Amino acid sequence: MSHQHETQCQHILENLSAYLDGELDATCCEEIETHLQSCRDCQIVAGTLKETIHLCQAEGRDVRLPRAARTRLFDRLGLDNGRKDE
Amino acid sequence: MNQQIDHNPTDLEALQRRDKQAFTQLVDRESERIYRLALKMVGNIQDAEDVLQETFIKAYDNIKGFEGRSKVSTWLYRIAVNESLMLLRKRKDNITSIDAGAETDQGEFLPKQIVDWCCLPEKELMSSEASEFISNAMRKLSDSNRAAFLLRDVEGLSTREAAETLAISESALKIRLMRARMQLREELTTFFADKVPKEL
Repeated sequence: MSHQHETQCQHILENLSAYLDGELDATCCEEIETHLQSCRDCQIVAGTLKETIHLCQAEGRDVRLPRAARTRLFDRLGLDNGRKDE
Repeated sequence: MNQQIDHNPTDLEALQRRDKQAFTQLVDRESERIYRLALKMVGNIQDAEDVLQETFIKAYDNIKGFEGRSKVSTWLYRIAVNESLMLLRKRKDNITSIDAGAETDQGEFLPKQIVDWCCLPEKELMSSEASEFISNAMRKLSDSNRAAFLLRDVEGLSTREAAETLAISESALKIRLMRARMQLREELTTFFADKVPKEL
């Protein structure tokens, strides 16, 4: 791998997060997309980074506030405990 | 959902009058979300419950001073994150890791492991073992990076909202977010790399 290519990879990787968030201008996006088409390593990092975010978003999504904790919260705030405990 | 109180001045006025019904609605609507964020910030259910309670007590006490420049839900996140960070600071073993590496070294963005594990079947990616690993990986982030990641990527706040919640600039938020994402990618690559069949 040439030094120029490595420098380009570094530049791409530094902007990858902002690229995934759609926060780069059209010129930067085009530059990244062109690079990704020709660089397998950066493609893998982009793909696994995207998947990492997706998996972390899914993790713990089904966590619910325990009923007893909700009751204690309402009691502490002096609020009517409401419909969920009925 | 959020819009009812967040965009309705009458409801904010009701909250600021300390109308119990309005506050009950707010707690009912936001408590689960705050609990989930707190649990991911502090890592155990007892502390998460403490953060939850303190968040709403502070919200009730300070609602009159809330100027409505952000959504009420974002304001609650801010209180919850601050409560979580204060609690973490109190843990002796965490004192030195708060905001560790807050200023960036460009080298840390560079990946160490390049393995394509996206091809793994969903049952492998979403297994209970993977889920536990991911949860632990998030806990290994520095507190400030974890807060940025949770607000932006897990809770879905915009960059501006997440930055406001943490009282930092958008550029600082982006740096923390990138650092968190890249660290998590490295961690997950360590975990999933061994599971990738050689022939793939």
